[in-house]
Amino acid sequence: MADEPKSDDAATDKPPSADTPAGASAADGVKPVPATGGQETGKPAAAPAKPKPKPKPKAPPEAPKGPSDPLPPDDLEQPAFLVSLRQALPAAIEQVSYWVGDWTVIVPPTALIDVLNFLKDAEEASFDYCADITASDWPPREKRFDVIYCLYSTRRRHRVRVKVRAGENEPVPSVTGIWPAANWLERELWDMFGVNLTGHPDLRRILMPEGWQGHPQRKDYPLEGPGELLLESPMEWLRLRNLSDETEIE
Amino acid sequence: MTTAPSPMFDTDELVINMGPQHPSTHGVLRLVLKLDGEKVKDVDVVMGYVHRGIEKLSENRDWTQIILLTDRMDYVAAATNNLGYCETVEKLMEIEVPRRARYIRTILAELQRIASHCLWLGTHAMDIGAMTVFLYAFRERELILDLFEEYCGARLTYNSMRVGGLPLDIPTGWDEKVRAFCDVMEAKVPEYEELLTNNRIWLERTRGIGVISAEDAIGLGLCGPPLRGSAVYRDVRKDEPYAAYDEFDFEVPLGTRGDTYDRYLIRLEEFRQSIRIIRQALDGLPEGPVMGKVPRLLKPKAGETYHAIESPKGELGYFIVSDGRATNPYRFRVRPPSFCNLQGLRPLVIGHLVADVVALIGTIDVVLGEVDR
Amino acid sequence: MIDTIVIPLLKIAVLVNGVLVAVTFTVLMERKVIAWAQSRLGPMRVGPYGILQAIVDPIKLILKEDITPAKADKWMFTLAPILSLVPALVVFAVVPFGGDELFYVTDINVGLLFIIAVTSIGVYGIILAGWASNSKYPLLASLRASAQLISYEIAVTMTLVSVILTAGTLSMIGIVEAQQEAGFWFFFVQPVAFVLVLIGGLAETNRAPFDMPEAEQELTGGFHTEYSGMRFSMFFLAEYANMLVISAVVVVLFWGGWLRPFPNVAALSFLDFIPSWVWFFGKMFGFLYLFIWIRATLPRYRYDQLMRLGWKILIPIAIGNIVVTAVVKVLL
Repeated sequence: MADEPKSDDAATDKPPSADTPAGASAADGVKPVPATGGQETGKPAAAPAKPKPKPKPKAPPEAPKGPSDPLPPDDLEQPAFLVSLRQALPAAIEQVSYWVGDWTVIVPPTALIDVLNFLKDAEEASFDYCADITASDWPPREKRFDVIYCLYSTRRRHRVRVKVRAGENEPVPSVTGIWPAANWLERELWDMFGVNLTGHPDLRRILMPEGWQGHPQRKDYPLEGPGELLLESPMEWLRLRNLSDETEIE
Repeated sequence: MTTAPSPMFDTDELVINMGPQHPSTHGVLRLVLKLDGEKVKDVDVVMGYVHRGIEKLSENRDWTQIILLTDRMDYVAAATNNLGYCETVEKLMEIEVPRRARYIRTILAELQRIASHCLWLGTHAMDIGAMTVFLYAFRERELILDLFEEYCGARLTYNSMRVGGLPLDIPTGWDEKVRAFCDVMEAKVPEYEELLTNNRIWLERTRGIGVISAEDAIGLGLCGPPLRGSAVYRDVRKDEPYAAYDEFDFEVPLGTRGDTYDRYLIRLEEFRQSIRIIRQALDGLPEGPVMGKVPRLLKPKAGETYHAIESPKGELGYFIVSDGRATNPYRFRVRPPSFCNLQGLRPLVIGHLVADVVALIGTIDVVLGEVDR
Repeated sequence: MIDTIVIPLLKIAVLVNGVLVAVTFTVLMERKVIAWAQSRLGPMRVGPYGILQAIVDPIKLILKEDITPAKADKWMFTLAPILSLVPALVVFAVVPFGGDELFYVTDINVGLLFIIAVTSIGVYGIILAGWASNSKYPLLASLRASAQLISYEIAVTMTLVSVILTAGTLSMIGIVEAQQEAGFWFFFVQPVAFVLVLIGGLAETNRAPFDMPEAEQELTGGFHTEYSGMRFSMFFLAEYANMLVISAVVVVLFWGGWLRPFPNVAALSFLDFIPSWVWFFGKMFGFLYLFIWIRATLPRYRYDQLMRLGWKILIPIAIGNIVVTAVVKVLL
């Protein structure tokens, strides 16, 4: 836990993932480190804790609030597909960003399907190849997830990234209907981040075991397992673990 | 037969578990096959048995330490993994890599491609029952491992590149050995071809097996030889040149039918093209340093980028987010080509026989270390 | 008394032991030949050039734990390996290893028919093994085996009919003698039949490229997946014993058995100083080598392609061969 930017608040401030009812309580359950004292694992997870991004003085610099998403320089000519996207769906674009040669379009989740359909079908864009779908997690932010679609055009040989900012439970539409390739990539996205994907035909765990609880790539996911207590005195560990489970049920 | 089957002749699908411990699933891939007789009705691909959380781990290692984690993904092609990662960080930090380093990187990456294809050829042929090719291919792979051992001291997980260049210049005489290897390899490829290419049984086992159209292949996100087998001209080395590929002359082999045989021919042709690239790189190897100007402490500015290279398996992409403050990436994501290609397995397999399943696992060339990460 | 019981018993004892020893050395030969084909050395540790491997291997197999899966049908599970090994050994009773009476156990006038009948029992061993294991991979393998072996049985038997037509007898000795009288090996008049029998023989003995029932890469060992120890080694012995049977039969039918090349050319009579059994075993060795060579070279056929080959190609050719042979026989 020491590596986490906000070491002490991490446990208490963790927003419960209500989209996976079992997952929320169990995400705490898989982290039985009660022996260290400072951690309040037994905190009722049902109450939606509001994110309190107040930095502790001793904590290392405040957790990053989000990516920089720098605006493109004014003198840089935007690619044709961005110009036409802006014309076709002016309301859908929150921001266009440019960094080390990569273009990123930031859109709201509601407009995602429209934008992606446009990017796939428009002649000057023709992004027919979905290279990657991934996310990054910025816990202090209210819309904590950046869901990123890396697109490529096999005909025009250019790339773009589309980014969606989504909150913990905010629905993000699945893009499997546009690119079948998204199927497994979105399964992994859900497995690792627990982004609330809607309309996915086969949303199951893909890398983690079936009964796994919690979403490992979230920034507030514990970095360590049960620790030395389990090795030294398993009974004590089990007792503490059950204890925390019971308090959760209450 | 009557419409209502009597209990005596009740028919049922046979559900069979192929893997995770099975001689032909190339690691710990598990397929749950639904069979009608020997015909595959449906397949569920289960993975994650070697999930080590490399992405999560990398978010807590500093930028140099990650290189050795990338070795462990596609462990039969560690050098290309290193290359992809180093180039992504270089792109993020806008570091200029010396030309000599770029040349040597290209040589290493192409040697790695040959080694990886050797392993693919051996296991693929073995799956179809031709066991001699397996040992022939491994014999040549051994020579490459020796070359790598001489260069960086390791035979499998090389950790052979650094952000900004290379840790070491090539040892004296190494380039001559690589040249000698190219001559050997060039003579050996026809040997493989003699055993397989015009072999009737091989043709019957691979022609028309696992056909996928170009549109489907693009839609499914296939990459590398499986995509090129469907006649899609897509090679990151040509489309978005990295390292020193823009300075070399080589061809991208394309298939016509999109079947297992085409994918086999493409990889065999890639042996020859790789040899061609290596020879050109050795001929034009410039003098100079192998390490660029890199700050002591790697700490890219806040920003994110995606960079892809052509690994032996396909498009290997790295998506890295830096928050500009920590000495480790904020988000480290790998776009694993094996994972994306494996997604194509289900459409390929359905309707074929059990014997073809192993041929198809072989043809898409998966490495489970990379699929699961 | 001595002639009717003791001598045959002695012969049988020698033959059975001889075949089993030959099998172990065939395994060693296979390992060595394949190793050389693959630029390896093969077994080198036990004895000079690993020659004692042939003795160590069976000992290892016998000493291994013999496991019966809990859900297997115990009796069938035990019966299956016996059922596949015994016929392979019984067949040798009618194989003449040399011209002298010393070199065969018996000469019955339906020798070839006997061989066909007895070898086809061996199939049941494989089918029962797959069924009794109560496991999915062996079951698939036994389905493959039953389909494959039965369809190849037809092709091989039909082909043999044309040989019988040529020789005019079913006795194994008689067939060789017919070749001596004719003055040429039957290979030269029945080359098509020879190729068919060779292919069918490969398929019947489950050898590569027709080793689908045990397809290691697909069915993880096929019908003997669940077997271990002695029972596994019985399947192993049966496979190699069948290889010996097929090569012996091919030698007798097409390559003149114990005869020297061109038995009617007097100019070559200096070759007669070589005993007849040497000719026989030399030819057998050649076929064993061929089988191993094929295994090292070729990929495996697919099950449905194999069936197609059997039913659509081999059987029609076999029938055509019978017709042509019969017509020629009548005309001459």
